[in-house]
Amino acid sequence: METDNNAMSEVMIRIEGLSKTFRTKDAEVEALKDINLDIHAGEIYGIIGMSGAGKSTLVRCLNYLERPTKGNVYVEGKNLADMDERELRSTRKRIGMIFQHFNLLMQRSVLGNVLFPLEIGKVPGEQAKKKAMELLGLVGLSDKAGVYPAQLSGGQMQRVAIARALAADPKILLCDEATSALDPATTKSILELLSRINKELGITIVIITHSMSVVEEVCTHVAIIDGGVLAETGEVKEVFAHPRTDAAKRLFMESGAHEGLVTELKGKHCIRIVFTKNSSFEPVIANMVLSVGTPVNILLADTKDIGGIAHGQMVLQLPEDEEKAQAMVEYLKTRKLDVEELTDYVQ
Amino acid sequence: MFSEKIISMLFENTLITLYMTVASTLIAYVIGLPMGILLVLSAKDGLRPNAVLYKALDVIVNLLRSIPFLILLVLVIPLTRAIVGKSYGPTATIVPLTIAAAPFIARLVESSLREVDPGVVEAAKSMGADNFNIVTKVLIPEARTALITDATVALVTILGYSAMAGTVGGGGLGDIAIQYGYYRYQTDIMFATVILLVLLVQILQWAGMRLARALDRRVRS
Ligand SMILES: Nc1ncnc2c1ncn2[C@@H]1O[C@H](COP(=O)(O)OP(=O)(O)OP(=O)(O)O)[C@@H](O)[C@H]1O
Ligand SMILES: [Mg+2]
Repeated sequence: METDNNAMSEVMIRIEGLSKTFRTKDAEVEALKDINLDIHAGEIYGIIGMSGAGKSTLVRCLNYLERPTKGNVYVEGKNLADMDERELRSTRKRIGMIFQHFNLLMQRSVLGNVLFPLEIGKVPGEQAKKKAMELLGLVGLSDKAGVYPAQLSGGQMQRVAIARALAADPKILLCDEATSALDPATTKSILELLSRINKELGITIVIITHSMSVVEEVCTHVAIIDGGVLAETGEVKEVFAHPRTDAAKRLFMESGAHEGLVTELKGKHCIRIVFTKNSSFEPVIANMVLSVGTPVNILLADTKDIGGIAHGQMVLQLPEDEEKAQAMVEYLKTRKLDVEELTDYVQ
Repeated sequence: MFSEKIISMLFENTLITLYMTVASTLIAYVIGLPMGILLVLSAKDGLRPNAVLYKALDVIVNLLRSIPFLILLVLVIPLTRAIVGKSYGPTATIVPLTIAAAPFIARLVESSLREVDPGVVEAAKSMGADNFNIVTKVLIPEARTALITDATVALVTILGYSAMAGTVGGGGLGDIAIQYGYYRYQTDIMFATVILLVLLVQILQWAGMRLARALDRRVRS
């Protein structure tokens, strides 16, 4: 499901028939099963899935921190399986990585942390320092160069980690749950930074997350991974508007839904509406209720106003009266909203 | 209280004790530190798993650590003679002290390096660091507080061993305590050596902890 535009641009990462099985003493875990995925230059690719789906395993296979059991990973056309340890290390320098728990060197200052990859790359002292300071400027921490990580907030630590990951001029940045330990406001600012890095430095970014809102916020493309299998891939707006698989639908439902509330409600007829750039920015739900003359329950609302256009989704529980329910669906359709019937949303 | 002669003897033997302790600790580190690093590297979940090497080191360390020091002292006499030329006196005592301390230090180093956050090691790997980089730039610096604490523990333990060695002619404060307190019933001199030993331990402990804390950057100041 690639658009023409993508097909023409360079493939940065090609994942081909990748499987990973962990063998422990008493069990075998098939963490990944036959994954195929192309990530093109300049994309921000979200890989989303529930806990244990295999996201971390997948991203660790992209720089061979984990060796696949089967299949191949190509980075800029080169098969990682063909590389010896030395070549692998130099390839890893082209691939930055950031983590949920930042993984900074706690005994090194902020500057020392950013210098680390430059020391490994044997960049001479003065030049390395200049580069590190530039990067600290980019992430907005120039004034913290001499401070130690223990004195920083989580968001600041992640910024240091980003500066450090960028020090060796990578072409790719891998982010494994990079915002999962941060509050919503900090998450937003980190995502904005990643988006800026993608645009200004032209770095391809892979974002691993279990949160739909992270994908929505910055990703151009998304892959949904479920039980070690890629369930669905494509452009974010496409997948979001027309999820084809149960895994995708489940993920969309999960984000922000109040499960406790849902189980208490009585009506069975629920719909999901998706706001895209076609949708007009009017109080559409209020107008619908006024025109049909019956209230609805909003079970989930996850919308944003981006440049005067509503983005996001809502889940509505319609009146038990089927006629009125149909009238509402019709009304929403005339407002160019995607309406999807939900079965079993309410138990 | 004491004659000038005795005071200068106590002073001299304090220095001898320090000499034995510090010299054997240093030499033991030359052996024990690489052993500890190899134990961490070759372990099953290490950077370079090697079951044979790990098992061999593990057995050697356990074996040496299970021999009581006084017996070890006697056991290694031929080796001590071969290296130092005689089997008694402070310099000769350094040999058994080192042999006793090296495996002990290897274990201390091993457990301290293991405490380094695996996530940080993973981050270093993702940046293209090789194992040498990881040991020298990640494991040791990140574990430095624990390593300094280890060194303090090692010094204090070896100080105790050296006093034990003194009882069989090893020289130093232990020797004085036995000579005067046990054979000549001059208990005041024996007490003086005990007080000196306690003071040495206190000073080493205090200095070690202070240094460890001063070099720890994980605390918010
Ligand atoms: N080193 C390992 N040994 C054995 N099993 C493993 C190992 N690493 C991962 N697994 C298993 O593989 C599966 C996928 O794990 P993975 O960490 O990739 O999931 P994840 O999608 O990142 O989950 P989370 O959102 O909780 O981080 C899990 O069942 C996990 O238990
Ligand atoms: Mg994970």
